Amino acid sequence: MLRHILPIARYTLIEALRNRLLWLALILVAAGLAFTQFLQQVAITESIQIQAALLAALVRIGVVFMLASFVVTSMVREFNDKVMELILSRPLRRSSYFFGKLAGYAAVALALALISSVPLALFAPAPQVALWGLSLACELLIVTAFALFCVLSLTQVISALAAVAGFYLLSRSISALQIMAASPLSDVLSQGQQVVNFVIDAIAFLLPGLDRMTQTGWLIYSAPLPAEITGLLAQTAVYVLLLCGATLFDLQRKNF
Amino acid sequence: MRHERPPSHVSAPARALLAVGLVLQIGLHAVTPEPRAKVQDLPQPPAASVLRLASLGEPIALAKILMLRLQAFDYQSGSKVPYRELDYAHLDTWLSRILELDPEGQYPLLAASRLYAEVPDETRQRSMLDFIYRRYLQDPNRRWPWLAHATFLAKHRLHDMDLALKYAAALQKYTTAGDVPAWATTMEIFIREDMNELETARVMIGGLLASGRITDRRELGFLDGRLREIEERLRHSASKER
Repeated sequence: MLRHILPIARYTLIEALRNRLLWLALILVAAGLAFTQFLQQVAITESIQIQAALLAALVRIGVVFMLASFVVTSMVREFNDKVMELILSRPLRRSSYFFGKLAGYAAVALALALISSVPLALFAPAPQVALWGLSLACELLIVTAFALFCVLSLTQVISALAAVAGFYLLSRSISALQIMAASPLSDVLSQGQQVVNFVIDAIAFLLPGLDRMTQTGWLIYSAPLPAEITGLLAQTAVYVLLLCGATLFDLQRKNF
Repeated sequence: MRHERPPSHVSAPARALLAVGLVLQIGLHAVTPEPRAKVQDLPQPPAASVLRLASLGEPIALAKILMLRLQAFDYQSGSKVPYRELDYAHLDTWLSRILELDPEGQYPLLAASRLYAEVPDETRQRSMLDFIYRRYLQDPNRRWPWLAHATFLAKHRLHDMDLALKYAAALQKYTTAGDVPAWATTMEIFIREDMNELETARVMIGGLLASGRITDRRELGFLDGRLREIEERLRHSASKER
């Protein structure tokens, strides 16, 4: 199986390089550095912290968007060019194709996490930057797996990107929604409120806790606790596993 | 040709992977502590210009979301009075920012008068009442109900008659809309009466009755009764002095 997975992963990585995705990431980081340098000059205090926080937030959202767009458009191109059908017409398991693509995109995700993290070492202690970068890599892995799941199911650029954007925003805000839902103004919850709370809790069960990942506070205040790191690694492993299962389930049911 | 094969066509490992992933995700979520807002975490809000930029042309929508977010700092699970631990200086700025984004919104003032001003902490109560007073002065005809409640709080909770009088006088002076009930604009009279400023109260009631602003017959009767009562008390105290 590995002899099928590795070439697919390799060609996916080459595609990313030829798409100049990594160059784009470097440009994003350079633009972020320039922008935060400007803001740092107008700050009265905590200028380094401002620079670190804004650069981290900017590159985090930027690389998530870039990666999701790359996964979706690259897969849609494969559908349109019939590359996928050509590959699957060979004596190759669908799961090998899927894991090959996932491995390739995951390598791109790791490269993007590295490119995003390294400049932050200018403003924050290296160990804290390393943990932040590890968390970003985990977040990007989840986004990669989800984007792959969406594009294989929906096969359309707009709908897949919209689904990924919705998933990402909801995952980052679900805790805030839960807090709001759990804080009624009166002691007596109406039936409608109870239903809404139940739905929010049910959604939270199925979403990864992205709001607990890649926190800017880890860069400018204190490093995450070991339990937090363990938690985010476990969350990544579990969620990627779940998405692999869901995507394979869908892929194996597809007729080409 | 059908676009999808039946689920039975899915291999056992793929099904197992999905089932295990789902169980683990639910299990992991179940053992993760529930999210809780921290009372210490209410930060200084961004500048109004930054918020306007962040609203992407939807300041009212952003104001509503910010208000709900702010509320999440108050009502925290399992605690009924956690907001007394909030930083009220930051809270004041948050409420001001929200009002700047949505000046016609009443939610920040309701929260200030009915939630934040009701904490068992006099300093915080006073800061919220002051917030309501300042914001009332910017739009008296729309925001008078909150200052009326602030007057009540100043009188009955803080027992600060001077503060209550200041608010009631502002209500009487600046609230000019025709649909404002008379009780709101006549609070000053009764506070003065309570403070034994009977002569001023008498003059005010007389002036109010003569102005024609009161048209309700029952209200006229009530004020007339109060006027006679005050005059009786004035006569009584004058005869005592003699």
